[in-house]
Amino acid sequence: MQKRFMVIWFRHLATDWLTLKRPELKEVPLVFTAPERNRIIITATNPLAEALGVYRGMAAADAKAITANLQVLNHLPGKEAKLLRQLGLWCIRYTPLVAVDLPDGLILDISGCAHLWGSEREYLKEIVLKLRTQGYDARAAIADTIGAAWAVARFGKLTPIIKSGMQAEALLPLPPVALRLEPVILEKLQKLGFRTIKSFMHIPRSVLRRRFGEDFLLRLAQALGLEEEVITPLIPPVPYAERLPCLEPIRTVKGIEIAITQLLEGLCARLQAEGKGVRKAVLKCYRVDGKMVQAGISTNRGSHSVSHLFKLFELQISKIEPALGIELFLLEASKVEDIDVLQEKLWTGKPGLQDSTLAELLDRVAGKVGAHTIRRYLPAEHYWPERSIRPAISLSETPATLWRIDRPRPLRLLRRPERVEVMALLPDYPPKIFTYKGRRHIVEKADGPERIEREWWLEKGEHRDYYAVEDSEGQRYWLFRSGHYDAEPEWYLHGFFA
Amino acid sequence: MPDTKRDIVSRLQKDILQWEGYRPPPDGTRDLMGLGPVEAAFPNGIFPLGAVHELVCGNTEQATASGGFITGLLSVLMQNGGVCVWIGLSGNLFPSALKAFGVEPDKVIFINLLKDKDVLWAMEESLKCAGLAAVIGELREIDFKQSRRLQLAVEQSRVTGFILRNHSNKIGSTACVARWKIKPLPSEQPDGLPGLGFPRWQVELLRVRNGQPGSWIIEWCDGKFIPMVEPAVKQQELMVG
Repeated sequence: MQKRFMVIWFRHLATDWLTLKRPELKEVPLVFTAPERNRIIITATNPLAEALGVYRGMAAADAKAITANLQVLNHLPGKEAKLLRQLGLWCIRYTPLVAVDLPDGLILDISGCAHLWGSEREYLKEIVLKLRTQGYDARAAIADTIGAAWAVARFGKLTPIIKSGMQAEALLPLPPVALRLEPVILEKLQKLGFRTIKSFMHIPRSVLRRRFGEDFLLRLAQALGLEEEVITPLIPPVPYAERLPCLEPIRTVKGIEIAITQLLEGLCARLQAEGKGVRKAVLKCYRVDGKMVQAGISTNRGSHSVSHLFKLFELQISKIEPALGIELFLLEASKVEDIDVLQEKLWTGKPGLQDSTLAELLDRVAGKVGAHTIRRYLPAEHYWPERSIRPAISLSETPATLWRIDRPRPLRLLRRPERVEVMALLPDYPPKIFTYKGRRHIVEKADGPERIEREWWLEKGEHRDYYAVEDSEGQRYWLFRSGHYDAEPEWYLHGFFA
Repeated sequence: MPDTKRDIVSRLQKDILQWEGYRPPPDGTRDLMGLGPVEAAFPNGIFPLGAVHELVCGNTEQATASGGFITGLLSVLMQNGGVCVWIGLSGNLFPSALKAFGVEPDKVIFINLLKDKDVLWAMEESLKCAGLAAVIGELREIDFKQSRRLQLAVEQSRVTGFILRNHSNKIGSTACVARWKIKPLPSEQPDGLPGLGFPRWQVELLRVRNGQPGSWIIEWCDGKFIPMVEPAVKQQELMVG
């Protein structure tokens, strides 16, 4: 497909921004200045200052001599880059590939985007008008190459839309500065009397190379489309993404649901064809008021089932605030993985951890109450009760060691052992009576002690002597004494046996 | 003609049971869970699977005993590699102990939630998932409507559900197939040896749909339930002791 590019030029980027912030400056000639080689040079002007004959690169002292009421402000380093980034992110609603062109432009790769707004003319009008209503004086042009669009946006006088393959004709009447050349080369061209591109376009390349160097030829070739030019997009494109621009802003839950279904159908058809499944996906909703809201989902196993993914998004719809309306939906699968379609069929309906319905259930639970609530445990090689289990990383992870059953372990283990008052007949004897939460329990039977040493390489502290005891009512507890039996032994209740 | 009358009544009873969804065991299997006399209390003498059971407990000790009892049942339900979901409010279940009751702890998925509402939602979703062997939900309160929703979910998926009601204030009627109460009982060592014996519980069936409520003593020993004989005598002993 023929590539199409749009270049937006902000004529008064810095001053427009300041005027937006301080509207009183609208009626005043305004310049930004920065010191350069011991002189204060003007770096940006507003239209009023320009009308009075102040231009970029002029010494501030000269400008002040021309206009008495000139507002002079210090140049803010890095401000343009920041502003362009913001504007570029705003432009993502028109195309996913937006690049910043310092110091005062944006480059948009609009291949295959413009028809969604009717035509290239409508598309351009929409963007430029929206930017102008925002307060930025923007000029834009569309062409096959970045170079041509750049030139026409800045110096074109006839039409901003250069038809496919017509970039050479469009460039002919423009000055050489439209080719993005170094000042040294421009000066040379000026001296030699080349006022337009037309005047040197048909000179043999070898002659041009000898006089102006390789760089000059590269720029010319790029503008004509003989040489490829790459841009660095602001946001790297996600390989699996679907876009859905809406003619009318969407404000209802039903509308959002339809949008999600449409996006998922497109995405899942593609994933299915490639044998992949979504692990993580983000739905980005660009609103009319310029803000973006998003909702994310994640799955335990790769899935390309529309109904399942829709259920996950359905739980998130309440978090999407449409405000005045959503004009663009963007669904990005930020993480995909290969899934075996055959295996998928094999696993359905078979009980076990690999069951696809289980994975879908856990996705839904995680989507509603958070993934941190779901736990599966595997044995860990520690004797210390709190460390004897560890959470499994994935559903498919299997225990590396066996579960131990040689020691009695309580069915319920308190997260923190609770202090109990204990009376024992003799030191190192199991407790005879203990008081837990105000209730006295008379111990009838007891097993123990089972000494569990603290793992000194992990933490410091006393060892524990565990006793399994049964009280007169038949209730069974797991008690331990912290440390040796001394004057004030500390007893804790740590668990309940079944 | 008393005989024919009884025949008609018993046939009608069987028919009604079938209409209510209780199918007689196809090949005459009895004692599915190894619970012996307890299972005889259920219609057709078979422990109802694909239904929701309710266990009420008054304190943590009883909740633990109920947990042990359920785990014993799970060991049968999860026999061929099944997975179960344990949804809890407390989250203090210790997986290592499950192995002693014949359940692979890594086949149990725990979901720890804070609110009854969330537990009910998660439980309903899980009960709809036919790939599970069982679903256990620990919560405080449940009303008839909520239990009816769970019952409707299992009727589709044939998953067995257990509701563990801990510290609940009021026990109203529910749509559950049975209401249990499990209390710990003093264990006994053979030959009067010192120390703790096998876990032993007083298993009470407070309510059972189309069945006979009752009370039994069950011990968990060697990976299976052992019903203790002469429950009445034991009970009396208990009263005395």
